[in-house]
Amino acid sequence: MKSGAVKRHTIAIMVDNEPGILARVVGLFSGRGYNIESLTVAEVDSRERVSRITVVTVGTAMIIEQIKAQLSRLVPVRRVSDLTEEGPHLERELALIKVAGKGEKRVESLRIADIFRARVVDSTIGSFVFEMTGSTEKLEAFIRLMEPLGLVDVARTGAVAISRGPKAI
Amino acid sequence: MRMTGAEMVIRALLDQGVDTVFGYPGGAVLPIYDALFKQNALRHVLVRQEGGAVHAAEGYARASGKVGTVLVTSGPGATNAVTGLTDALMDSIPIVCLTGQVPTHLIGNDAFQEADTTGITRPCTKHNYLVKDVNDLARVMHEAFYVARSGRPGPVVVDLPKDIQFQEGEYVGPEHVLHKTYRPQTQPDKALVAKAVELMAGAKRPLFYVGGGVINAGPKAVAQLTKLVRMTGFPCTQTLMGLGAFPASDPLSLGMLGMHGMYEANLAMNQCDVMIAIGSRFDDRVTGRLDAFAPNSKKIHIDIDPSSLNKNVAVDLGIIGDAGLAVEEMSRQWRAGKIAPNARALKAWWSQIATWRARQCLRYRQSDTVIKPQFALERLQAAIKGRDDVYITTEVGQHQMWAAQFLKFERPNRWMTSGGLGTMGYGLPAAIGVQMAFPDALVIDVAGEASILMNIQEMSTAAQYRLPVKVFIMNNQWMGMVRQWQELLHGGRYAESYTAALPDFVALAEAFGWKGMRLEAPGDVDRVIAEMIDHKGPVMVDVAVDPKENCFPMIPSGAAHCDMLLGPEDKAEVVSEDGMVLV
Ligand SMILES: Cc1cc2nc3c(=O)[nH]c(=O)nc-3n(C[C@H](O)[C@H](O)[C@H](O)COP(=O)(O)OP(=O)(O)OC[C@H]3O[C@@H](n4cnc5c(N)ncnc54)[C@H](O)[C@@H]3O)c2cc1C
Ligand SMILES: Cc1ncc(C[n+]2csc(CCOP(=O)(O)OP(=O)(O)O)c2C)c(N)n1
Repeated sequence: MKSGAVKRHTIAIMVDNEPGILARVVGLFSGRGYNIESLTVAEVDSRERVSRITVVTVGTAMIIEQIKAQLSRLVPVRRVSDLTEEGPHLERELALIKVAGKGEKRVESLRIADIFRARVVDSTIGSFVFEMTGSTEKLEAFIRLMEPLGLVDVARTGAVAISRGPKAI
Repeated sequence: MRMTGAEMVIRALLDQGVDTVFGYPGGAVLPIYDALFKQNALRHVLVRQEGGAVHAAEGYARASGKVGTVLVTSGPGATNAVTGLTDALMDSIPIVCLTGQVPTHLIGNDAFQEADTTGITRPCTKHNYLVKDVNDLARVMHEAFYVARSGRPGPVVVDLPKDIQFQEGEYVGPEHVLHKTYRPQTQPDKALVAKAVELMAGAKRPLFYVGGGVINAGPKAVAQLTKLVRMTGFPCTQTLMGLGAFPASDPLSLGMLGMHGMYEANLAMNQCDVMIAIGSRFDDRVTGRLDAFAPNSKKIHIDIDPSSLNKNVAVDLGIIGDAGLAVEEMSRQWRAGKIAPNARALKAWWSQIATWRARQCLRYRQSDTVIKPQFALERLQAAIKGRDDVYITTEVGQHQMWAAQFLKFERPNRWMTSGGLGTMGYGLPAAIGVQMAFPDALVIDVAGEASILMNIQEMSTAAQYRLPVKVFIMNNQWMGMVRQWQELLHGGRYAESYTAALPDFVALAEAFGWKGMRLEAPGDVDRVIAEMIDHKGPVMVDVAVDPKENCFPMIPSGAAHCDMLLGPEDKAEVVSEDGMVLV
């Protein structure tokens, strides 16, 4: 029953920003054996105290249905929206990428950063920190290219996502 | 209105219609106990261990249809409650459990009797709260009751730091509290119901498969379901949790299905072409091997919890909503459409079912020297037959399954058993809870000698409140259910399933101020049962039953419905390696 093709889904969850809500969501994933590829959370409506959690997960169609149903029944969850299912959407991630090196490698990293539209946000004689936003794929491609050029540290936010067009989720 | 946090707790309970609280005091709840002391409207039942309090509240809730209420202290009080909370979550029982907590400024300091109660109970409650501001307290209390009883019912914990209990704040009544967002869907989609009715109208081998959700939906839903089933003339099987959701004596009832269910119910499930599941959750005890579960059927599933749909079994038509409202709409459409089921096909279906019934799957070999557990329960059934004021609780094991098979429930809320978690030790405290709700009723805990020892201390509670509960121990000296699995699946290597040094239950009963009786001869069964029922106070009957008896019918783990073992002559060769790893 749980067989079938495994697919990556980006799910947006609108929740009441109350203590323990993140633990509840994360606990649901670990307790029921679901995957979390990335997770981001921040308050998006300070008057109503609503937070938006974006989870990227993988599973068969039936498991994804279960994940959504299980999330929906958490009491502080207002809305669950499967952006992958619901039509075109944008996904962005931010990364800070530290590259240390000298000479040719240093120049090369800067050149590639330019092509990828990564910004230099810190620089010393022997290092750069690049800031980059984009799709997960783009970030990963850039990070891979930095590896031979002296990649020393990466910090990533995980994906946030929003549907295209005029409507809210 | 201004009052202290502790006073608010009492006031909120009363405003929520609570009349009984099951609890146990301790440092972190003393202000609440003090407030309790100063009033008379709310009864407190002092249990002997907090686990007992939650099971008692579960019994009270299941029997009365109200929310069960528990009050325990911080730390060990709260952790002792965890098994009961998990039990209530699995069986969809509405509970509000108030736990004391160390004062807010000490939270996180490993203070005396501190436990991270909201952390520990997050996965075993429907929801929980930590109250950090006295002005939130009244709202949280009312929300807790609302959440516990709405949608799919479940346990809610409210963690109450001691300083909050002392502080003064503003009380608000329930009429001023509306949960911000939680609104479970209860009205079914009529168009989906229409599709269901269409499927049912065309069915040749239909089957209703009804569960605990119908009982959660209330007696009116049960009455409506009974009407619908009779209107259609379809057979109806019940889960362990659904016993009483349809009258057992009705010829349309096939009895319980599943691992230890009726042969006819399981075969009907295997062969049906349209399944109408209502408030049942396709538990593995019911489905057996999933790829062989009702393989040629269209499945309709009505459930209030969207996560129950398509969880274990993919269904063709999922309908979210309250069982009562959905059944009502279904009946309305069935009548309005003047639907006549396919009479010829239905007749053939019923004659097929009759051949399965003719196997008499509950038959057992009677003995005149030793009491067969089935016989004892058959006689118990004969003694309580026709009475409407009988409530049965059970412990967990073979005796539980035999009780489910041999006791007949005509009405809902008369049967309390731990189904989902299978908690040994549930039955006695649950019986206490039922008896608190119905002081004049006959409440019987059908027990095993191993299970009863898990919450034996609650005998003292029954004695204190003069609760005339009866404990009917099917004493086979073994953890029978474990022994049975070891016999069938582990080559008869009986590791640790025999309880040596059992107590003298008659002497034990007397020590607690109960009446104790020992029953050993088949010829004495009726007399002792009558004596037990007639005695005005609590009674413990130690019934010496055949230690080697196994519970049949049985679908071994991982097997299909059509691979049922009907008796000791059937061998469990069908158990696959995949089946062995299953619980
Ligand atoms: C030793 C042992 C052996 C067992 N053997 C068997 C067996 O042979 N057969 C068997 O059936 N069980 C057996 N069980 C019990 C089994 O584990 C499950 O507890 C049981 O099958 C679940 O019953 P249910 O499907 O009715 O669901 P419940 O646990 O009662 O769940 C109720 C369902 O109804 C829904 N619901 C709640 N309220 C409403 C409402 N108002 N409207 C609509 N839906 C609602 C809920 O969302 C849920 O999906 C056994 C247990 C033990 C301990
Ligand atoms: C708390 C708990 N521990 C262990 C089990 C596993 N278990 C299921 S049935 C059973 C044996 C029960 O023995 P008894 O109460 O004597 O009943 P019998 O099966 O003999 O009727 C055990 C140990 C359980 N269900 N609950």
